[in-house]
Amino acid sequence: MKVPLSWLKAYVDVNVPVDELAHRLTMAGVESGGVEQLGGWNDTYVGHVLAVEQHPNADRLRLCTVDIGAEQLQVVCGAPNVAVDQNIAFAKVGARMFDTHSGKTEALKPAKIRGVVSEGMICSVLELGLGEEHDGILVLPDDAPLGSLLSDYLGDAVLDLEVTANRPDCLSVLGVAREVAAFQGNRITEPDVSYPEDGEPIALLATVEVADPEYCKRYTASLITGITIGPSPQWMQDRLNRAGQRPINNIVDVTNYVMLEYGQPLHAFDFDKVKDRKVIVRQAAPNEEHTTLDGIERKLQPPMMVIADPDGVIGLAGVMGGGNTEVTEATTTILLESASWHPFNTRRTGDALKLRSEASQRFEKGWRPELSPLGLRRATKLMLDVAGGTAAKGIIDIYPGQQDVAKVTLTLNRLERVLGITVPLEEVTKTLTTLGFDCKAVGDDAVETTVPAWRADITIEEDLVEEIARVIGYDRIPTTMLSTPIPLSQPDPARELKEEIRDLLAAAGLQEVVNYSMVSGQAIEVTKGTAAEGAKEPELLRAANPMSPEHEYLRTTLKPGLLKTLANNQRHDNVPQWYFEVGREYLFYGEGLPIEPEVAAGIMAGPGALSTWGAEETATGFYDAKGVLESVLERLNVVASYESTDDSFYYPGRSAVVTANGQQIAQLGEVHPTVLEHFDVRAERAVYFEIDLAALLTALPDVGRRFRGPSVYPGALRDLALTASVDVPAAKVQTIIEQHPLVARATLFDVYIGSQVDDGVRSLAYRVFLQAQDRTLTAEEVTKAMERTLARLEKELGATQRQQG
Amino acid sequence: MTTAPEILGTLHNLKTIAVAELDAVTDADGIEAWRITYLGRKEGRITMIMKGMAVLDTESKRTVGAMANDVKALLESQLEARIEEMKSAQFNQASVAGRVDVTLPGRRPALGRLHPITQTLREITSAFGTMGFQIVEGPEVETDHYNFEMLNIPKDHPARDMFDTLWLDHTNADGEQDMLLRTHTSPMQARVMEVTKPPVRVVVPGRVYRYEATDATHEWHFAQVEGLAVDQGITFANLKGTLYEFARLIFGPERRVRFRCDFFPFVEPGVDMSIDCFNCDGAGNVKGSNDMCRICRGSGWIEIMGAGMVHPRVLEMSNIDPSVYTGFAFGVGVERIAMLKHGIDDIRYFYGNDARFLRQF
Repeated sequence: MKVPLSWLKAYVDVNVPVDELAHRLTMAGVESGGVEQLGGWNDTYVGHVLAVEQHPNADRLRLCTVDIGAEQLQVVCGAPNVAVDQNIAFAKVGARMFDTHSGKTEALKPAKIRGVVSEGMICSVLELGLGEEHDGILVLPDDAPLGSLLSDYLGDAVLDLEVTANRPDCLSVLGVAREVAAFQGNRITEPDVSYPEDGEPIALLATVEVADPEYCKRYTASLITGITIGPSPQWMQDRLNRAGQRPINNIVDVTNYVMLEYGQPLHAFDFDKVKDRKVIVRQAAPNEEHTTLDGIERKLQPPMMVIADPDGVIGLAGVMGGGNTEVTEATTTILLESASWHPFNTRRTGDALKLRSEASQRFEKGWRPELSPLGLRRATKLMLDVAGGTAAKGIIDIYPGQQDVAKVTLTLNRLERVLGITVPLEEVTKTLTTLGFDCKAVGDDAVETTVPAWRADITIEEDLVEEIARVIGYDRIPTTMLSTPIPLSQPDPARELKEEIRDLLAAAGLQEVVNYSMVSGQAIEVTKGTAAEGAKEPELLRAANPMSPEHEYLRTTLKPGLLKTLANNQRHDNVPQWYFEVGREYLFYGEGLPIEPEVAAGIMAGPGALSTWGAEETATGFYDAKGVLESVLERLNVVASYESTDDSFYYPGRSAVVTANGQQIAQLGEVHPTVLEHFDVRAERAVYFEIDLAALLTALPDVGRRFRGPSVYPGALRDLALTASVDVPAAKVQTIIEQHPLVARATLFDVYIGSQVDDGVRSLAYRVFLQAQDRTLTAEEVTKAMERTLARLEKELGATQRQQG
Repeated sequence: MTTAPEILGTLHNLKTIAVAELDAVTDADGIEAWRITYLGRKEGRITMIMKGMAVLDTESKRTVGAMANDVKALLESQLEARIEEMKSAQFNQASVAGRVDVTLPGRRPALGRLHPITQTLREITSAFGTMGFQIVEGPEVETDHYNFEMLNIPKDHPARDMFDTLWLDHTNADGEQDMLLRTHTSPMQARVMEVTKPPVRVVVPGRVYRYEATDATHEWHFAQVEGLAVDQGITFANLKGTLYEFARLIFGPERRVRFRCDFFPFVEPGVDMSIDCFNCDGAGNVKGSNDMCRICRGSGWIEIMGAGMVHPRVLEMSNIDPSVYTGFAFGVGVERIAMLKHGIDDIRYFYGNDARFLRQF
């Protein structure tokens, strides 16, 4: 809502600078998005032409004497319309003006024109930057204050206000004036709504029937005959222009003017085009067609409300008028409508037709029927003023939606309980009164208010509390810390685990990313892989109004986002491309809301470590990702096992599921090359892993870690080099070695496949550390332990000690 | 026959020569050879002289023996000193040769970091944590009921315009769309109050969605932290106190905070909280010029959250008696906070996941 300061001042004395005004409105809930200054001329005054003589040396120039109050000056003027006794805008030397010759704004220089000194300039509209006109000088009205600065007289400031949904009253200059009056503590002046009713009684000239009283709360109308269409007066055009409304003609301008002034939307019908002089307010018939003022033919459906005559629709109620009854140059009789429409129905109509107008915006926020006749009378008066004609006697007023005036009581006790300060009753009463509430004291600690019709947003006591708070200022309310008891802490292990996983993955060298929760359908399809046996497949949830094809479906997996992250970053530099994300999958199984399990997933590609001088370069592979998983699980004290899996998302033979406590908690593997290709990942290989956080939570040990004292006795180290079929899982070898009671740990230090061993066989070399809790082991014991271990390995896995040589 | 004076003379010479020779030794082998020559237990020169004393009388033995012991002790201490001296010389030499270039890059393990949204979320929740707010989380796919109606935003209410909604393409038996992506974390107000009776003091971090074109300051999904405190005796003054403390913890004590009236259907009175613009220090224009500050668009203030006293209807709908209990609620935009803290001028960086952006945090 654009509010010109000059217009605002027509209803309320403004006693603060405009920036302060904007600030106060902002603080009180009507946010100012900025103040646009109009004018801003320097050294330019309202002058009076005392004398006009012919220039001695030029036929087309005149020599004028101008009084600007403090002094009289001589100026050469070429305008044809300059005349004695005019009030004009006079720019002294030094004033910055738009130069019509150079096309720039420049300071006026002292000049001698054809031998005569000119001490300034009488300005045109163009030179003042007020319009395009340059045929002659701007002639000011007779009551222009002689000698005052032109910027004081003609300048203006326009407040650009952002009005919240609860305050349709502030979509009007009067509404804003009431706000200003409230915080200044003064009162507004209401506009004049009286006019002569010289015509016949309106009931003889027009009939209105409201066929649907549910959605039409009130319908009022006046009738004016004998009007003359033409441009509206300059002052009205100026105000409309500054408020952002383009002037059209005097009748349309008045409807717009009063809408901006009062907030009441109005519509003027060319009454001669209304069949049988009869207006019917009803619901549209199914598929009823109607061409609105904007020239678009629309198909209407009940319960959209329409204004109709016996032949058909002539206007879309509360939204837009009809082309068939539009006011034109030839119009002489006006039926002026001022109504109150059902807010939700108006909104649904606008939504259905994708048509929002200044009018519908106001109606859908709840425009009270009490206000309809007021706007009607104001607009009728202005039409008579600017377009002539005769108003019919009386108005039509059909009021099916009459309701009791709202009364809300505010107690000082409630005020204090909500705000945390006491406000004296007198101040409460005074504040509410300046806002237009009728106040009646109830005892000495409450006030009963009658809510003004324009404040439909006030319905409960807390609404009044806010009125008090925002007018006295939120700054006056103290700032105190909470002192009520803190609720008992509720442990949230799932959340703690999630945050710990984040820390562990970052510590393992992975960069966290956060991806969009919606992905393309294709991305889901490509990354689907092979579902676990018996697993129910979730239904995809698509956005009804997707942001883009890239973000059409809620993700059921984190894979697409991570693969995209990898693809987007691979060109940047040669650092490990190790990323993880902790986020939700959205799995819908046809009932209720989807479940949103949280998953920690990662993608790893690129070099295996930060490239550094003097170190060998490696590429990230399966075992890097597995190492990350292992270290995370070890930190969480989870013992897991890894089993090869067959999932088409992964490279054949290079993926695993991870199981702990009897259930699958994670998966990992090299991503299948066709998937990489789909995402434009250029890395030769990328390893993906995924941890199901809910499953991991159940796999966490129930009890905390138990301390076990380290042995104080020396241990013994033995190397154990084995050969076994490549099909023997290393984990089994390791398990057998570590199952010997004297083996404290075994560390694999070499894996060899090649010419030194037979085909289909690999060599595994372990460093085995043996130690007892209660004694120093003898060489004999150590040898026996190794022999027994070897025997088991041979028997159970067919592994034999590798022969040196 | 050797006399005592002769032995004494020999000892004296021996001492002088041995010390001179020791000084001339340059390596560990020389040291060892010298030690064997002079201090060798079997055939060393001192040992030999001691052996030769057997022929002397008691008196002379005592004199010569004392001197021989003195010389031996002297040589031993000289030897020790010389070894120390050589070790230290060697070390000095080695350390000169083995100097490191302290400016060469170190060998670092791969460095992982948390996303700035995670970091900022943790800062925000921990700031409220110090004030007794516990973290809870809720679903992102929501119903109209929780996202709107329980928040005093009935169907067809004009306030719905404030929340451009991403609906899911799924309808119920009546043919109405019945799932949406939550437009704010506020649905958790009702969800929490339905299961927790006062005192309530929670913060709800989470992802929210708006059907909105993206630009430098708008994303169609972003993170939010909702807060809710409900109990007997909670006032607007407490809301101010809580949010001022939050701003102090997050932005430091020097940032100014502004509370102004604003409208959200689920609070009354409603609040918009802003901090003064870090870019122009609240001036609204670029220092030393008339150009408008592009961060705050000339206002000098940056909105960081909406808040207010919980609307009595909202309490009522969650079966909490508004005549007994009051409360406040707030919602803060996480990316906005991160942008202000780090001077990030485009919200789209957060979900763009450019590693060059992420590595800066």
